[in-house]
Amino acid sequence: MKALGIILAGGNNMRMGALAKTRAIAAIPVAGTYRCIDFALSNMTNSDIRKVAVLTQYNAKSLDDHLRSSKWWNFGRKKGGLYVFSPTLTANNSWWYKGTADAMWQNIDWLKQSHEPYVVIASCNGIYKLNFNKVIDYHIEKDADITIVCSEIQEDARRYGVVKFGEDGRITELLEKPVVAESNTVSCGIYVMRRRLLISLLEESAAEDKFDFVNDIIIRYMRTKKIYGYMLNSFWNGITNIETYYNTNMAFLQPEIRKFFFETEPRIFTRIEDRPPAKYNQNTHVKNSLVSVDCIVNGEVVNSLLFKGVYVGENTSIKDCIIMNDVFIGDNVHLERCIVESHSTILSGTSYLGEGEIQIIAEENSRYDV
Amino acid sequence: MLLAGGQGSRLGVLTDNAAKPAVSFGAKYRIIDFPLSNCTNSGIDTVGVLTQYQPLILNTHIGIGMPWDLDMNDGGVTVLPPYESVGSSEWYTGTANAIYQNFNYIEHYDPEYVLILSGDHIYKMDYQQMLDFHKEKNADITVACISVPLEEASRFGIMITDETDKITDFEEKPAKPRSTLASMGIYIFRWDVLKSTLEALKTQPNLDFGKHVLPYAKEHDRNLYAYEFSGYWKDVGTLQSYWEANMGLVDIVPEFNLYEEFWPIYTNNDLISPQYISKEAEVNRTIIGDGAEIYGKVHNSVISNHVRIGKNSYIHDSIIMRNAVIGDNCYLEKTIVADNVKIGNNVKIGVGPEVPNVFKPDIYANGIAVLGEGSIVPDNVSIGKNTAISGKTEEADYKDNCLASGEVLIKEGD
Repeated sequence: MKALGIILAGGNNMRMGALAKTRAIAAIPVAGTYRCIDFALSNMTNSDIRKVAVLTQYNAKSLDDHLRSSKWWNFGRKKGGLYVFSPTLTANNSWWYKGTADAMWQNIDWLKQSHEPYVVIASCNGIYKLNFNKVIDYHIEKDADITIVCSEIQEDARRYGVVKFGEDGRITELLEKPVVAESNTVSCGIYVMRRRLLISLLEESAAEDKFDFVNDIIIRYMRTKKIYGYMLNSFWNGITNIETYYNTNMAFLQPEIRKFFFETEPRIFTRIEDRPPAKYNQNTHVKNSLVSVDCIVNGEVVNSLLFKGVYVGENTSIKDCIIMNDVFIGDNVHLERCIVESHSTILSGTSYLGEGEIQIIAEENSRYDV
Repeated sequence: MLLAGGQGSRLGVLTDNAAKPAVSFGAKYRIIDFPLSNCTNSGIDTVGVLTQYQPLILNTHIGIGMPWDLDMNDGGVTVLPPYESVGSSEWYTGTANAIYQNFNYIEHYDPEYVLILSGDHIYKMDYQQMLDFHKEKNADITVACISVPLEEASRFGIMITDETDKITDFEEKPAKPRSTLASMGIYIFRWDVLKSTLEALKTQPNLDFGKHVLPYAKEHDRNLYAYEFSGYWKDVGTLQSYWEANMGLVDIVPEFNLYEEFWPIYTNNDLISPQYISKEAEVNRTIIGDGAEIYGKVHNSVISNHVRIGKNSYIHDSIIMRNAVIGDNCYLEKTIVADNVKIGNNVKIGVGPEVPNVFKPDIYANGIAVLGEGSIVPDNVSIGKNTAISGKTEEADYKDNCLASGEVLIKEGD
């Protein structure tokens, strides 16, 4: 129990469009049966981090529901456990979380009352596997003040925090969402530091009315603190917009990605919902697709992901789509390059052919008229 | 009190390493999930599970009962194996004997009523309704019954009732049944009645509910009532009935529907990832559990969690249980493959003429081939109908790469 865990799950993200309308990014379903936050939570529990705070604020209902019981991630032990902190009114403070640093500062008593020497702070939007103990060991070896987990990405880095390395793994520059990205190495939004250092940095920032962890702490202290980068060389994807969400999900159609996340220990945990097996009726045509529990398939599904409890009608064709939880799709429907929002009901005969941009479909029809 | 200690020998090699209640069913469940989930859904939160035969899988499956919400502060699930005590060390010798040996467990909770269940049937039943019936009739013992076809009635314990559902007589496996009301092996007792009856009969060898307890109670003028249940209830005691019950699940609207939200079936689900159907695969009339990877053709089958089916393989009318791996270019017909089986490439199973099994023609029949838990089948072999295989078989075990219909191949140990 070397470290505390903090998961920053309060943020809104306009670039997620309709997908973030009713839920926090942390609660967005991923890869059929998981939710985004499961990856950070499972990495924490698999790294023997037993005391974890999840800081929530924006649209937390779906996330609260997911975290209602902490037993799925093997928290809920006698020591430690999962703490969900939403903003509260206190004698000294009547604000919402004004930023990531402020969110932690408002819960500074929890940090002060703990005894673990280190803190691992993770954003909630990463899809990855990482043993945080390795980062802590690296942090100790480098005698760093702050260690940032970084990853090399293929796509456009402008949506991320782009880092520049100096000698020996030390980070010399971090540009948050720059206009021009000078490298492909980005911050994964995962930080390790001593608990006491975090407390003092949070107090200093709060005293100066500064609220953002990246801009007001990491970037501001870049010259005075020793900030190192730990390269995460295995799969990492940050869900930052609709395109990355789509691509991250589609990556699970590759056998090596499935092997890495589904077959290789340690595993990723999620809330168990006791749903029946998936069912394929006569004349189904399912090719290169992931199908989750409780789906009933009649039509054609190609290069797609069906999340939990999806019904696909007869003569329906679904290609290159992500169909989220509990969607009902009637007969003779044609969908291509779409993301269908959870609980949608697509009436028989409907057709959505996404060209170029990925379409997001949320249709609230009455299910029982179809 | 859930009786889960039986071997279920009519399931052949399927119960070599597991008690019958622990056998997989319906792609992601084990048979015991059905009575356990019925308990939870009926609001029964104190359950003793009596185990004896091969309890390992059962014990790990039940654990502390979390999947069924039976991890309670007070009550919950307790696994009750036979134990040694001063002056006696006895196995459970019969259904009622097993309950008698756990008197202290029941006494500890001091209930008004005790529900006796068996762990080897597939059904959804609200025990609360049966208890309401029991109270309403002011019964001492209520026996749950189901109406069966007359020609099958001679396989069951048959209850003869009057117009008030009171049991006037019963017959154990009668040649000429006088009624079609068959006992489901589910009883509600008033605890004081159960206690005094078992106390009186404690010296009876192989003390059994159907054979001894009910006749004794009847003789002593206890009020016995038959509660008629009209839903789906399937005894999966034979390979044929087990196979049929699984196959029934793939119908468009199955007789036994797992997709009803008001009566969920819970199970210990350690695997959560979705299943993958490859671009070469073809799947229809099939149910598939979590984390399976399908590269071949599957038709009319039940595929459990984490099964892998190789390229160009064709599986039909078969049941493949957890973690089984089937290689490339295989052909399986009417085959039951138990947990953790590994089948090589180019293997054919369930082919050839229909020949009765030479050792156990009653068990391995109807053209079904069965592979026991953890079996290994090497590449390029062909296995006939009405066959059974258990253990790590090698090429040398097969004559001309072939196991003819009606044969049994069992390899002991490692």
